[in-house]
Amino acid sequence: MVEVLSIIVSSALVYSAPLIFTALGGTFSERSGVVNVGLEGIMTVGAFSATVFNLFTASTFGSWTPWLSLLFGGLIGVVFSLIHAVATVNLRADHIVSGTVVNLMAPGLTIFLTKMIFDGHGQSDLIKERFGKFSFPFLKDIPIIGEIFFKDTSAPAYVAILVAVIAYFIIFKTKFGLRLRSVGENPQAADTLGINVYGMKYAGVLISGLLGGIGGAVVVQSISGQFSVSTIAGQGFISMAAMIFGKWNPIYVMGAAIFFGLSQSLAVIGNTIPLINQLEPVWLQVAPYVLTLLVLVLFIGRSQGPKANGQVYVKSK
Amino acid sequence: MSKRSTFIKSLAVPVISVLAGLLLGAMIMLAFGYDPVEGYNAMLIGAFGRSYNVGEVFRLATPLILTGLGFSVASRAGLFNIGLSGQALCGWIASIWLAMTFPDVPKILLVPMCIIAGAVAGAFWAGIAGFLRAQFGTSEVIVTIMMNYIILYISNYLVRSVLTKNADATTQISANASLRANFLYELSGHSRLNMGIFLALAMLVVVWVLMKRTTTGFEIRSVGINPFASEYAGMSAKKNIVLAMLISGALAGMAGVVEGLGTFQNLYILNSSLEIGFDGMAVSLLGGGNPIGILLSAVLFGILKIGGLKMPSVGIPKEIVEIVIAAIIFFIGISYAIRFLLDKIAVSKKAPKKGEV
Repeated sequence: MVEVLSIIVSSALVYSAPLIFTALGGTFSERSGVVNVGLEGIMTVGAFSATVFNLFTASTFGSWTPWLSLLFGGLIGVVFSLIHAVATVNLRADHIVSGTVVNLMAPGLTIFLTKMIFDGHGQSDLIKERFGKFSFPFLKDIPIIGEIFFKDTSAPAYVAILVAVIAYFIIFKTKFGLRLRSVGENPQAADTLGINVYGMKYAGVLISGLLGGIGGAVVVQSISGQFSVSTIAGQGFISMAAMIFGKWNPIYVMGAAIFFGLSQSLAVIGNTIPLINQLEPVWLQVAPYVLTLLVLVLFIGRSQGPKANGQVYVKSK
Repeated sequence: MSKRSTFIKSLAVPVISVLAGLLLGAMIMLAFGYDPVEGYNAMLIGAFGRSYNVGEVFRLATPLILTGLGFSVASRAGLFNIGLSGQALCGWIASIWLAMTFPDVPKILLVPMCIIAGAVAGAFWAGIAGFLRAQFGTSEVIVTIMMNYIILYISNYLVRSVLTKNADATTQISANASLRANFLYELSGHSRLNMGIFLALAMLVVVWVLMKRTTTGFEIRSVGINPFASEYAGMSAKKNIVLAMLISGALAGMAGVVEGLGTFQNLYILNSSLEIGFDGMAVSLLGGGNPIGILLSAVLFGILKIGGLKMPSVGIPKEIVEIVIAAIIFFIGISYAIRFLLDKIAVSKKAPKKGEV
């Protein structure tokens, strides 16, 4: 029993890690009032750049490579999300249109570059340094709990949980967070108080680029092991769902992401687990989306999100 | 004069966007050491080289006309239907299922039945989003994105476990259900061009008449412009929101039927949402939501995508086309900036004129 639970928990964590990072990214963006349907594209770019970084530097950095690739993926995510920031903040583009451009651009661009780098192949080579299994010192020796949660588990997932806690503090307990939220709720009022509305929106979008890029990098380095056009297939949208499910609150968002990660992982490993293997995998695959719809209808209804979310703000002269 | 100048200006944005997109593609080709002239030349050969290629261009444009129209109807009502992919897939599934269930019904009955079934299925899938939006104020963007994935997994499940026994694709449909026609096949050098093109062209006219010449269309448009004023004038915003989504979904569903009964003749396991959904959205944005614009943009997309398949023959990855398309939509998206620049240029050329938008 403990063994089965430990498999379920560790694989759920593996699958939730990218969702947590990306959903938190989306939370920052939407808290600043910029809808980001481009998370999927940002993850694609992060996944691609982490793959390349990993392949070319593994011999130099050894076992540190995955972590550095993570940062690199995040960095390129920031650069890529600039498209969305410039278009929505300065050039008054519709947020959905701009996000869709990000999603259309990412696969084209990354596969183009993949073909440039890997002799015309549509997918990258397999990376050598991956996030392996990680056991916490001391904690892993706690009976039962240690076995389930802290032995042979996913390190990025625990980092993601930590980031969620930090994100909670940033958004709700710091001056920056207050400003970010006020810009998402009522940019005019924030502007009259001397808050740099455009600057805050940039911050929100670029943080979503950083975390989305990291999310994509985690997918490659702890799940797929290589980059191809199907490496990122829906995770960005599931993350968006987790963000809504978690009502734009980092802690709840993390909870939702873990829940969706569990559902995704059960769809993959379910046939080895008693009871779950009686279930058609299709139900586990659609569960996150159906649940999000239910939550939207039952609990959220009208505009529980940031009030000025998705609106273009034009500073008056 | 002023009407003419706004017409020119409304044309300027898409034309500039397409040119800028192509220019960006050329710059990327240059940056990676390719010859853009050679690249675009290969594209033109790929799109117009033989009658087969031209046939494929129009084959690809067909569903895009339908999804593009679908997007434009919803957006006229102030809705952003990002779920065209899922609605098209619904139509695809319904038509294939019906065609497989009644393979021996005469063509004259079976084809219209399948088209109607596809349209109804697409309308149903979009209608859910419309209903939730009207009744609970739930964002149709989020709902339709979620619904895209729900139907994607359901479709794969149906292919694998219901329509076949663990196969990756259903069997080919009978000739009775096929949209392919011999004369088009011969005319277009054995391409997959099919009767769907006539359906799409007919829908261009139908949607234009519906939106511009009927009360229904007027109500949908006025709800899109101002739901509160429309309510005050006695129209039901809720009813029109649902109606617009139903029409939008029906058109997307027909696009799926064209793919199912025309292009592929079966249903198979999909790895991601249908491209025709997002491309249809792009086609509609580029075409400014009007029928002629949608027709022209759909054909342009056909040229880019089918022509792009030829680009690897000169060593250039075909993905450059996707980058160009994304860039075109980016420039459409920032049309405010383009208009602003155009106005600046116009102002600096002649005396400033106020009051024109």
